[in-house]
Amino acid sequence: MSQLKTSYEQDLSLAGTRSNVVWYGLLLASLLLVPLAFSEFYVGEMSFVLIYSIAGVGLMLLTGYTGLVSLGHAAFLGIGAYANAILLSRGVPFVLSLPLAGLISAAAGVAIGIPTLRMSGLYLAIATLAFGSIVVLVGEKWHGLTGGFDGLPVPTPSILGIAVEEPTGIYYLALAVLVFVLFVAMNILRTPLGRALVAIRDSEISAQSMGINLAFYKTVSFAISAGLTGLAGALFGHYVRHLAPDSFGILLSIQLVTIVFIGGLGSLHGAIFGAVFVALLPQAIALVRDDLPFGIGQLPGLEPSLFGLILVLVIMFEPTGIHGRWLKLKRYFLAFPLHQRTSFRRQKSYAKSERLR
Amino acid sequence: MSDEFFSARDIAMHFGGIRAVESVSFDVQRGEVFSIIGPNGAGKTTIFNMISRIYTPTAGTLNFDGQDITRIAPHRIARLGIARTFQNIELFTNATLLQNLLIGRHSHSTAPLLSQLAFLPSVRRAEVDHRKRAEEVIEFLDLQRYRDQLIANLPYGVRKVVELGRALCSQPKLLLLDEPSSGLNTEETEGMAFWIEDIKKDLSVTIIMVEHDMKLVAAVSDRVMALNQGRILAMGSSAEVQGHPDVVRAYIGGEPEAPRVESVAAA
Repeated sequence: MSQLKTSYEQDLSLAGTRSNVVWYGLLLASLLLVPLAFSEFYVGEMSFVLIYSIAGVGLMLLTGYTGLVSLGHAAFLGIGAYANAILLSRGVPFVLSLPLAGLISAAAGVAIGIPTLRMSGLYLAIATLAFGSIVVLVGEKWHGLTGGFDGLPVPTPSILGIAVEEPTGIYYLALAVLVFVLFVAMNILRTPLGRALVAIRDSEISAQSMGINLAFYKTVSFAISAGLTGLAGALFGHYVRHLAPDSFGILLSIQLVTIVFIGGLGSLHGAIFGAVFVALLPQAIALVRDDLPFGIGQLPGLEPSLFGLILVLVIMFEPTGIHGRWLKLKRYFLAFPLHQRTSFRRQKSYAKSERLR
Repeated sequence: MSDEFFSARDIAMHFGGIRAVESVSFDVQRGEVFSIIGPNGAGKTTIFNMISRIYTPTAGTLNFDGQDITRIAPHRIARLGIARTFQNIELFTNATLLQNLLIGRHSHSTAPLLSQLAFLPSVRRAEVDHRKRAEEVIEFLDLQRYRDQLIANLPYGVRKVVELGRALCSQPKLLLLDEPSSGLNTEETEGMAFWIEDIKKDLSVTIIMVEHDMKLVAAVSDRVMALNQGRILAMGSSAEVQGHPDVVRAYIGGEPEAPRVESVAAA
């Protein structure tokens, strides 16, 4: 049931309709109950989904809303993870090290955002790819700071003297951070800042003539995106408990890109859907691995190839991703039996970030 | 220092060896509709791009409202009170009509970034105010039924009006219209003439317009400037300019035909 709107304030409320409040409330409540109902293994997997969701929201702001592709976002995840771990091991309390990890990552975002201001499409993708590789290389060589190939153990965080233990503690922590990140992202999208980003994505020239400072907002977008991804990185560090530079390479970057593309560009729902999909796919593969015929399950590189295949299929057949498919399904059932076939025809319109200019 | 509302003094724009605009000067008075006509490649849109600071003139100065705007940053133009539309429509196609209009309000939003991230009460009040202004424009241009539709789903004629609306949302003092009738049918073009009249009369916005449709030019313009190959051919009332031998020669390469001028003057 949709309500009739009677004030502009209603369009500004985050939840929208009353039924939304109920549904999202139920979702949050059931998420809070997960550790009580499931075994430690599943709680760990759910934490992983939440962490990927945070990173997905971060990348969605950059790629889905500003139209800037980044193939080096794993680097921000890594910077956040290392910053947090190093600060913790030097005695900085976790309540400071977590936001500091986000800020340091955001600063790195500014550092990559400024030199790439005039780039878009393929050029930006290559530049960010190079940035990602450089960060991994620095992490490997700077032994004194990162421990290089020996890796870096991540100390157990504690908040107000209470240790946040894996997996339940990390789960609740990740849930809290995700709620915060979604709050920030939704605020961005309902303010001039978010509209400026969308304007830059759809038409730089008219964005500029509307008074939008392209350089400033692109840099801000990079900073916020990197900062949020850095927060995810800090939590990721606690999830894996031992950091190695090469785990933040191109493969992880592509996973992050897969999250936003499969989920559906230009939608926060999409970031979450995509994160659920990408985080759980390896587990799904593991479940059926032994039952696959012809020894396919034993082939090396099965997982990355599947990611690649799914990415290509989604871009070809459902450019709006899982979220777009979900909207179509919803519309189908709302309109049933009066739905029109054309509404569900294969889409061939792409958002600009998918197009190489 | 000139007291004109808007003035261009000897502006020139060279792209390498190509002289797109060469020593063009004109003044626009407050409240008038000033049209620029000319064949393709005459330099009309180049002049627009210089005024909206997408190009930096090779030579000359631009003055607006007592201020030299020749070297100002492009994103600051909107804040000074200059808005524009584009020949081929540059709307934000993956956003709704309302969002497009709200982006038009950008030059009036002053909230610091952090207060936007936290959505402080001051930001909320400003948003409601922006919405009110956008709704005024929606009402002015009769766009109510398209309010929440994606631009990508709107017909071309409506998009043209939306672009006009987005420009109006910034409450401009000077409005640059780049071929407002291109791609519109006769009926829609007549509608556009009415909007332009209304904008001039009701909102007292000064308009500079690039246009090919002579009927529209004659209907709404106070003064017309004709360009060819980057230079001014003629300036004056619509009938004067259209009857000017150089203008006719530039368009059709021959001598003027009397009936053509008559029919336009009557329009």
